Amino acid sequence: MASELIADTSRSLRDKYAIIGVGETEYSRNSGRTTRHMGVEAVRNAMADCGIRADQVDGMMSYQIMDSTPSPVIAGDLGIRLDFHCDILGGGGSIEALIGLAIGVIEAGMCETVAIFRSMNGATGRRMGGTGGGGGRRVGPGSLFGPIYGQVSPAEMFAHSFMRHMYEYGTTPEQVAHVKMFHSWGASNNPRAYYPKRVTVEEVLASRVICYPLHMLDCCVETDNANCLIVTSAERARDFRHTPARILGVIGRMTKPRSDMHYQHGPITRVAGFYGQERLWSNAGLGPEDVDLTGSYDAFSFTTLLQLEAYGFCPVGEGGRYVSDGTIALGGRRPNNTAGGHLCEGYTHGINMVIENVRQLRHEVDDYCPVGPDGHRQHSYDYREGGCRQVRDAEITANLGWATVNMGSALVMRRG
Amino acid sequence: MAVEGQYLGMQLGVPDTDPENLAFFEWCGRHELRLQRWQSNGLLSYPPGTANPWDGTPEHAWEPVEGRGTIVSYCEVHHAIHPAFRGKTPYLTLLVELDTQRSEPSEHEALRIVGNLVTPEGELAPPELVERTGIGSRVRIVYLDVGEGFALPQWTLDGEVEQPTPWRYPDTRAGHEAANGSG
Repeated sequence: MASELIADTSRSLRDKYAIIGVGETEYSRNSGRTTRHMGVEAVRNAMADCGIRADQVDGMMSYQIMDSTPSPVIAGDLGIRLDFHCDILGGGGSIEALIGLAIGVIEAGMCETVAIFRSMNGATGRRMGGTGGGGGRRVGPGSLFGPIYGQVSPAEMFAHSFMRHMYEYGTTPEQVAHVKMFHSWGASNNPRAYYPKRVTVEEVLASRVICYPLHMLDCCVETDNANCLIVTSAERARDFRHTPARILGVIGRMTKPRSDMHYQHGPITRVAGFYGQERLWSNAGLGPEDVDLTGSYDAFSFTTLLQLEAYGFCPVGEGGRYVSDGTIALGGRRPNNTAGGHLCEGYTHGINMVIENVRQLRHEVDDYCPVGPDGHRQHSYDYREGGCRQVRDAEITANLGWATVNMGSALVMRRG
Repeated sequence: MAVEGQYLGMQLGVPDTDPENLAFFEWCGRHELRLQRWQSNGLLSYPPGTANPWDGTPEHAWEPVEGRGTIVSYCEVHHAIHPAFRGKTPYLTLLVELDTQRSEPSEHEALRIVGNLVTPEGELAPPELVERTGIGSRVRIVYLDVGEGFALPQWTLDGEVEQPTPWRYPDTRAGHEAANGSG
């Protein structure tokens, strides 16, 4: 497919960069503070997590949708002088792309260590789909091909792909609801999760319909929070506290054909990840069968399913079976979104799923297991409610970032 | 000339500086579906664009296209996010595949247009119409006048053909519609 286009550059950088620090604020629906305040706390927490000083961080990046505070302001509050910064427009699928760009700017000699953050009042500030052009607002030409028909929210925009998947492959509402149930199992063992309660398939199907095929519990919770992770070279990573999460391969913001209005080019059920899988696994030097756990963007239960299919974790059309047969559950063969994801932990446009996988690769997930005298958590691998969520011997993770049906990103990491 | 209009309390407009979108909606204003046919390869495209999406060349002409097609996917909205649609639930957004140029120039390509299911008069479809429409339903275009020389394309069940039994989202609960009649 894209084989001849795949340059050697990325493969030569395989394993040479790592995520060394992660941190966040609490997840709430009433932060009562600014994105500046939360952003500073998240970056500070990520720095403290790995034990890095302000004078050792010289790069900063963030992503936002005109709803946040730019890097120079956050850096200023933390005593960081920047050799490089870049704040981009984007939501889901941005974090993986920015991790790739961070590798690029370090490789270019522009800086040495990059803190990447997302700070958003996703519940009390700007909300997804909430500003689609209401009464009295002038609607420009771009809105005359979707929003004017009452198609403004991500749920409404993505639903055509979801519905068609049910039609073509017989995917059932019950199968899809398993995604929420299994993610809630992870959340129940995550003290930070906004929705820590386990829910059943029946509860998902009994929740009110937002727009078919999505019930309320098929949709993620919108929250106020900030998150940060820190990228540096694998060589420098040795100077800091934790086992690093090494970056094996990354792809960023690839699109489907006809990205101006992607449904002109089918199949309708196909998502951007389909076009990225070859480059991702080639860059990473392994395949989906080698992955111990996944973080598949769950703005909706269905987005997780479609991406797992697109990246080859199951054959196309069998996503319904794959997400409902126990594979993706905590304790399953390849758990997904072990912290609860956007459906349960909180809504951060993707970064919290990467943070969780970094912690999983450290074997230091902060669940309800006790911390031993050596300072390390004593994992029980008992996945009952209120217990452990560490995946045993986690060595390889994959993050599948979703922006829209039309756009996605992905990241493969290993322990070490 | 730029067009201006109003729909469900929203101010709509296409300026002179956007000639392709302007042409499309002006043809709709004359109750005619016209799309760009590109000189270089003879293909039609949707939505309006500034160049041929297959090769980037700009030469084209606006050609009449039959406004008939099949619903290939849909979304049934019960909780409206767009303020203008509150009180209009349930309503359907449709992905309509035109009969013209299906599976051209490759198997998975087609002219696929988003719109609502409406009555033949252009009103958002009532629940009894929503409930018997789904994937496979045959539709035809209707034009909703929103301003001087400015109309929106919409879709209504084609009364001139025998309708196939459409595929609908499987109801998961008894008495479901009664419990969730509107957002």
